[in-house]
Amino acid sequence: MIEARGLTKDYGSTRAVDDLTFEVRPGIVTGFLGPNGAGKSTTMRLMVGLDAPTAGDVTVNGKRYRDFRAPLHEVGAVLEARSVHGGRSAYNHLLSLAQTHGIPKRRVGELIDLVGLHAVANKRAGQFSLGMGQRLGIAAALLGDPSTLLLDEPVNGLDPEGIQWIRNLLKSLAAEGRTIFVSSHLMSEMALTADHLIVIGRGRLIADASVEDVVRKASGDVVRVRTPDATRLRELVTGPSVSVTSPEPEVLEVSGLTSDQLGDLAFEHRIVLYELTPLQASLEEAFMELTRGEVEFEAVAQPPAEVAA
Amino acid sequence: MTTLSSTAVPTIPRLEHVGRVTQARVALSEWTKLRSLRSTRWSLLVAVVLTIGLPLLFATVLSSRWGQIGPLERADHYRHRLDISLAGVNVSQLAIAVLGVLLITGEYSTGMIRATLTAAPRRLPVLWGKAMVYMLTVFALMLPSVLIAFAGSQAILRSHHILQLSFTHPGVVRAVVGSAVYLVLVGIFALGIGAIVRSTAGGIATFAAIFFVIPPLLNILPSSWNNAISPYLPDAAGRDMFSLNLPLPGDVHAASNDLSPGWGFALFVGYCALALAIAAVLLVRRDA
Repeated sequence: MIEARGLTKDYGSTRAVDDLTFEVRPGIVTGFLGPNGAGKSTTMRLMVGLDAPTAGDVTVNGKRYRDFRAPLHEVGAVLEARSVHGGRSAYNHLLSLAQTHGIPKRRVGELIDLVGLHAVANKRAGQFSLGMGQRLGIAAALLGDPSTLLLDEPVNGLDPEGIQWIRNLLKSLAAEGRTIFVSSHLMSEMALTADHLIVIGRGRLIADASVEDVVRKASGDVVRVRTPDATRLRELVTGPSVSVTSPEPEVLEVSGLTSDQLGDLAFEHRIVLYELTPLQASLEEAFMELTRGEVEFEAVAQPPAEVAA
Repeated sequence: MTTLSSTAVPTIPRLEHVGRVTQARVALSEWTKLRSLRSTRWSLLVAVVLTIGLPLLFATVLSSRWGQIGPLERADHYRHRLDISLAGVNVSQLAIAVLGVLLITGEYSTGMIRATLTAAPRRLPVLWGKAMVYMLTVFALMLPSVLIAFAGSQAILRSHHILQLSFTHPGVVRAVVGSAVYLVLVGIFALGIGAIVRSTAGGIATFAAIFFVIPPLLNILPSSWNNAISPYLPDAAGRDMFSLNLPLPGDVHAASNDLSPGWGFALFVGYCALALAIAAVLLVRRDA
């Protein structure tokens, strides 16, 4: 269980994290979503005590990270930026971390095997590919068998096999009852991994809901109707609280009426319907909808350059 | 590159017992970090080779050139004949200092510091651990090195019957052991500077400024000022630990500006403590 209360972080005059309050529950994968620069990495740094909050606080299992006597047993973190000295072998890197907690060498070997780095354990980490580096980070995070895992953009730059591996790993860790908090700027990735979503933009909380709720909220109850009598149906449904668009002939997209109401109406007026579909926004669209105006670096249309005569 | 295993996820074995973070454990971890880097091994090897090799080289050169040297110069060599045996210390201190800086700035430049501080979130044990491990390592390597340098260079000089100096001569043991302690303290001072500055280039530049740039600059000052300041700089204070003046019979005892070896040692320890204390406060206060 992670709890953030009024969590705020300023860097100079820039507010990176702005009054975040949320809970991350155990047993499920919670996605932490936001555009680049939204404050996800900063929030995670605050969670593991690398940075100190300007205001508010964040606790894991009721304690601030700095107060843990055996922090690797409580929280495993895979931060976005690599946290490995490139001149050191994977084995020695993990060993040095394990030794701070008196974790036996055997455990280091087990985890190296488990993440599939056995063959490269004695190679310098600086020579690792992105995927191998990510696996090394995960091995480090799992050293202390923590009940909470934080992963910052874990699938960035991975090949499909690596992405699949991480997805499965996160789900199985959550199924064991651990708290899994994983950030991404890719909605599609979260749709496949997460059960619950915390969405932020410009450091502020935008949504804290299940994946289905986020989608439903963004969908806005649009119903798609296909009928040869589109013109007549359009006249019938038009009203103050109803808006209708027609993306193509014989197709209407109606908002303000449920599919049941539309079906009844068509039946009463003996209008034949070929299709009646409540439209769901994709998670990607829901995300765009939620974070509209919250993107830090929005593309601005450039005025066309004057052509020199 | 090796092909990594398939996408199947095995279950994570549970860890039966987890210990708390203690100072001793963090120090052990720092020892693992120190010994597992190639750059560490190279720097220390260079320091050992220079500390031993330069005195042997100088003793050889001096022995072969002795016949062509005039009496005044001979007298001067005689007065500073221990300097031949400890000549390597002046050069190897640079390797020790660079490694001291790198020990901490290397963590910042690679991002390792994030892993280090999440494993030991109280942070101070990391700084103490690094200092302890580095002190012991430098002392364990440098004490034998200066002893070998002394024995070796003296053997060469003795075979030419020049500039001989017995190990039991008053002040010799203090100066030889003092030179190894000096190198230990240089390493700690550099570690402190590295932790304050947090960048390799900045750390090395700061160390070089304090040890090699500022002292000669002070010669520009009026000599009364220079004499009041120079002996108390870290570099001069540290040097007093291993300098030994061996006057010729009949030399007039000149008033020296230098501190006694004991005061030099105390002052240099003070500088190291100050650097570490500032580093400690900043380490706890600053965002990593």
